[in-house]
Amino acid sequence: MSAKNTVGSYVGQAIERQEDAALLGGQALFSDDLPIAAGTLHAAILRSPHAHAEIVSIDTIAAKALPSVAAVLIGSDIQQYSDPFITVLKRPIDEWSLAVDRVRFVGEAVAVVIAEDRYKAEDALDLINVIYKPLPAVINPKEAAKENAPILYPEAGSNVLSERHFKYGDPDGAFAKSKHKVSIEIDYPRNSQTPLEGYVVVASYNKFDDAYEVNANFQGPYTVHPVMSRALRVPGSRFRMQTPAHSGGGFGVKQAIFPYVVLMCLAARHVGRPVKWVEDRLEHLTAATAAPNRIIQAEAAVQEDGRVTAFRFVQLDDYGAHLRPPMPGPLYRQHGLMTGAYDVPNLAITNRLVLTNKTPSGMVRGFGGPQIYFAIERLMHRIAIELGMDPLDVIRRNLVASDSFPYRAAGGALLDSGDYQKAIDLGVNDGGLDELKRRREKARAEGKYYGIGYAAIVEPGQSNIGYLSTIVPFKERQKAGHKGGSVSHATIHVDPMGVVSVTADCIPQGQGQATVLSQIVADQLGLKPEDIKVSLEHDTQKDPWSLATGNYSSRFSSATAVAAHLAAKKVREKLIAVAGQALNVTTDDIELTGGKIVDSKNPENFLKFHRVAGLTHWEPGKLPTGMAAGLSETASWAPPELDPPTEGDQINTSLTYGFLFDYCGVEIDPHTAEIRIDKYVTTHDSGKLLNPLIANGQIYGAFAWGVGCALLEEFAYGEDGSFLTGTFADYLCPTSVEIPEPQILHMETPTPFTPLGAKGIGEGNCMSTPVCIANAVCDAIGAENVNLPIYPAKLLPFIDREETAPPQDIALSQRQQTPDGGRAIVGEGNIFAPTDPETVWQTLLDPRHLAAIIPGCQNLEVVGENAYRADVNIAVGPIGGMFRAEISLSDLDPPKSVTLSGSLAGPLGSSAGSGKVRLTQEENGTRIDYTYSVEVSGKVAAIGGRMLDGASQVLINQFFKRLIVRLGGEPIEKPTLWARFLRLLGFNR
Amino acid sequence: MRELKSDRQHKITFTLDGRQVSGDAEPHLLLSDFLREKLGVTSVHVGCEHGVCGTCTVHIDGKAVRACLTFAVQVGNRRVDTVESLSNNEGELNDLQSAFRKHHALQCGFCTPGILMSVEHYLRHNSDPTESDVRDMLSGHLCRCTGYVGMVRAIMETAAKRKSGI
Ligand code: FES
Ligand code: FES
Repeated sequence: MSAKNTVGSYVGQAIERQEDAALLGGQALFSDDLPIAAGTLHAAILRSPHAHAEIVSIDTIAAKALPSVAAVLIGSDIQQYSDPFITVLKRPIDEWSLAVDRVRFVGEAVAVVIAEDRYKAEDALDLINVIYKPLPAVINPKEAAKENAPILYPEAGSNVLSERHFKYGDPDGAFAKSKHKVSIEIDYPRNSQTPLEGYVVVASYNKFDDAYEVNANFQGPYTVHPVMSRALRVPGSRFRMQTPAHSGGGFGVKQAIFPYVVLMCLAARHVGRPVKWVEDRLEHLTAATAAPNRIIQAEAAVQEDGRVTAFRFVQLDDYGAHLRPPMPGPLYRQHGLMTGAYDVPNLAITNRLVLTNKTPSGMVRGFGGPQIYFAIERLMHRIAIELGMDPLDVIRRNLVASDSFPYRAAGGALLDSGDYQKAIDLGVNDGGLDELKRRREKARAEGKYYGIGYAAIVEPGQSNIGYLSTIVPFKERQKAGHKGGSVSHATIHVDPMGVVSVTADCIPQGQGQATVLSQIVADQLGLKPEDIKVSLEHDTQKDPWSLATGNYSSRFSSATAVAAHLAAKKVREKLIAVAGQALNVTTDDIELTGGKIVDSKNPENFLKFHRVAGLTHWEPGKLPTGMAAGLSETASWAPPELDPPTEGDQINTSLTYGFLFDYCGVEIDPHTAEIRIDKYVTTHDSGKLLNPLIANGQIYGAFAWGVGCALLEEFAYGEDGSFLTGTFADYLCPTSVEIPEPQILHMETPTPFTPLGAKGIGEGNCMSTPVCIANAVCDAIGAENVNLPIYPAKLLPFIDREETAPPQDIALSQRQQTPDGGRAIVGEGNIFAPTDPETVWQTLLDPRHLAAIIPGCQNLEVVGENAYRADVNIAVGPIGGMFRAEISLSDLDPPKSVTLSGSLAGPLGSSAGSGKVRLTQEENGTRIDYTYSVEVSGKVAAIGGRMLDGASQVLINQFFKRLIVRLGGEPIEKPTLWARFLRLLGFNR
Repeated sequence: MRELKSDRQHKITFTLDGRQVSGDAEPHLLLSDFLREKLGVTSVHVGCEHGVCGTCTVHIDGKAVRACLTFAVQVGNRRVDTVESLSNNEGELNDLQSAFRKHHALQCGFCTPGILMSVEHYLRHNSDPTESDVRDMLSGHLCRCTGYVGMVRAIMETAAKRKSGI
């Protein structure tokens, strides 16, 4: 940067980031790196292995007896000091920071151990004995919404907590009159951007003040601050939240840390020492949070020429097991904008919110946008097919016209500015759509599967804090008081030496806000960005904050950035006034440039910036009359366009509305159905770009996650509620080989609603990319619809190819759906015993023998006729732990056949299974045939879905081998390919 | 081979970023926890502790290794280098780090130390990689923020410069 740069030119430049050196050199401190007080204790959490169960009893005596354990807390303990979290809907759906009486999802926190270190705390978890009474679980939202479904909160009477119907314009009339009705149903999966750094909480309690202090990587919104302080029964002033300058990714997800913040506060209070908790990866994937999965029936009334006159959406949004604030935000964040980029005057919406036995939903980047745009843009694609039109023509025919801004959408969004047709021209021309179409033609001519998909979306920025109140009718809103708006803060301090420092309310998660703020402030003060020290760790006891504080809804560029701009202007005006007096010139003639404050008419007449700043500190008595001493200015910014919802339920859900036009070409392998993104073009109008380097970084990042959502990422559950994706080997994140480099194109239509003109940019591709790819895939294979994530197996039915039979050696056991919908492992085997059936029979029925045969069995008790209870130590590959087994023998047909049924429950999960054993007399002994079926849930299912088949089989085979050894024989084993494979994986016992 | 008692602390002496250091560890203590908690090397991050994400990557005797899949007792008398060895004491970044900054190859920076260590190891043995080689190599790491674009550019540029001796 040369010294010639004048005031006002740093904003808009692709300046390298202030933050980077410390991050690249390993000096940046993340939450887990911050120093903690000596004597701080460490927490580990015991979690539910069941998706739905009553807690019958919890025995913590053995865990508490360990010398390194300071305390073990369970639900009834924390109820003494805390209240349930307040919820957006006033319903009997109380949730505390630990489960009370009932667990409602796999991974729900049941107890917390506080010990000297984390290793010891985790060891103690194994000694807590919880008895559960399993209840039927419900996973599918449609099933959960049915009347006879298992109910998560019986007092609420239903899993459907809210149902609202909205009408804007005359949708029924438009549908009645329309020539075509086109519809589609989409089922958007559960996923999350899963930051690489998990949650970290350090909490302490001051008993003399009855006050809590927390340092955590919480990202806001601070609407959740009162939720936490009220749960802790203290006013906000006695709940101090500090957040670090560096966070290892947020993506909204670090909002859902709040139940753990409360839990660690209660733990610290209980033990009288600071307590630290660091979430591990399994905990994060299992229990942190997920974007709500959503089913949408979308319908459009369409005229002959492709013009849409009405949309109808029926949405069923799945919030998992609890409704944690600010949920159900994703269902309403887009409410004003349900018509997307289109000028559609008539709109009908039904919103239903349902609970299921899954991890509670929360904030995840995109926040409702990916779901609804998947419906809208798939629908536009369907309209084109059904009317025999080109999808891009359908899009163009319906766009909001460039001369209609600011445009009030049917649902109430006030689209601030843009020129959507022009953006599409830019994308088509500079992105090379014609060439891409030729590529498709050529590929198809060669017999390949090649498709092109489009998406045109409006990207909201900075949420209206009042939009969620649309969930209750106007009358109720009137009673409760209307809500609407959004406040942001920034403070600039100039010290006596002229050093400028900035603090603000943006709670960064890695996006580079410090750099952008330094550009904004430098421009106003005639300094260089590197002269500005920006410190973004936040402290509710020292920094200004409001409900909107935080890092979410792409608010930075139209919220905090504007507040910093306004604060810098205040400092600038003050400096000008002081300098005017000192230089004896009229203030109109003064310029701030190059570190000087100059009389523009006579550039020789100037003062150095630090001299003028110093005057406000050194000679406060000489300041112009009425001017406050010192040089610290805070500005707050609350845009007037963010009104509360109207009587007709119209709501301007966000402040700024950018525009994206994406298209892509994909090719599908004719043999494997693998999807390759051949080319991806994304055109953005995000208003003024404050720093193009950082802006593009946001696009690349959102795009990458969009590709992950399209092709790989999903939190998978068994129908019984077991969680199946607890490692990064199961929950698949895209790597550098799956994500192509998109071509990014920009145009800049500044928003007239902020002085900086910038709009949000960080979420658009999370919304546009999944549906753009899905549209291309449908185009390639001619499918009517496809649900995410699109993995090859879903496409095979559409592909014309020869089936190859699976290799036979490996088909020993397999996963199957059980009759009640659960996920089970089934298998069979046989073995030879060198003795007669009667002896085998007696051995099987004798508890002493049984104790010796069951792998890892300790203290087998007889609890009834042919019924036993045993503690079993299981170790298979990386999985190990103590389990409580219940075993019974039934259908006895001596000495021919018997049914063995049993269940296992332990800290790692639970399983239930049964098997049939048949004995056949042969020449020198007995042939034993067995079949089995096992269902597993809990941690084992979450981390090793793929290993379970092998593990169960190993255990069962072990059982029969030990039986043979017991009978004096040698188990004859034919080393199959499968056995060798298992041995490779470590299953070699 | 040295015999280790499972419940005992064992003294480990090794070279860390060029300095001789020592500390005590039980046999089951992971190298990542040992470095972070006992020696205060917080630049070694852990993102999964099961070997998939690569954030914990360090060099052991010059080779890139996952610290979360290594026990502390395995590094006795060996050389361990972390990302802290790449910049000098005056706070100057090396060429690869500077290229990462120039190309905006990091956002939150949590994945970055591990990725830099893998890349350094890789470039030492592959001086002229193609973009697809680089992408293949990077696929041993997860980054949730950047989409890898800036990283690929930074690595390609650094490789070219190192090759031509700039
Ligand atoms: S923490 Fe070591 S690979 Fe993820
Ligand atoms: S920069 Fe955040 S994970 Fe890579």
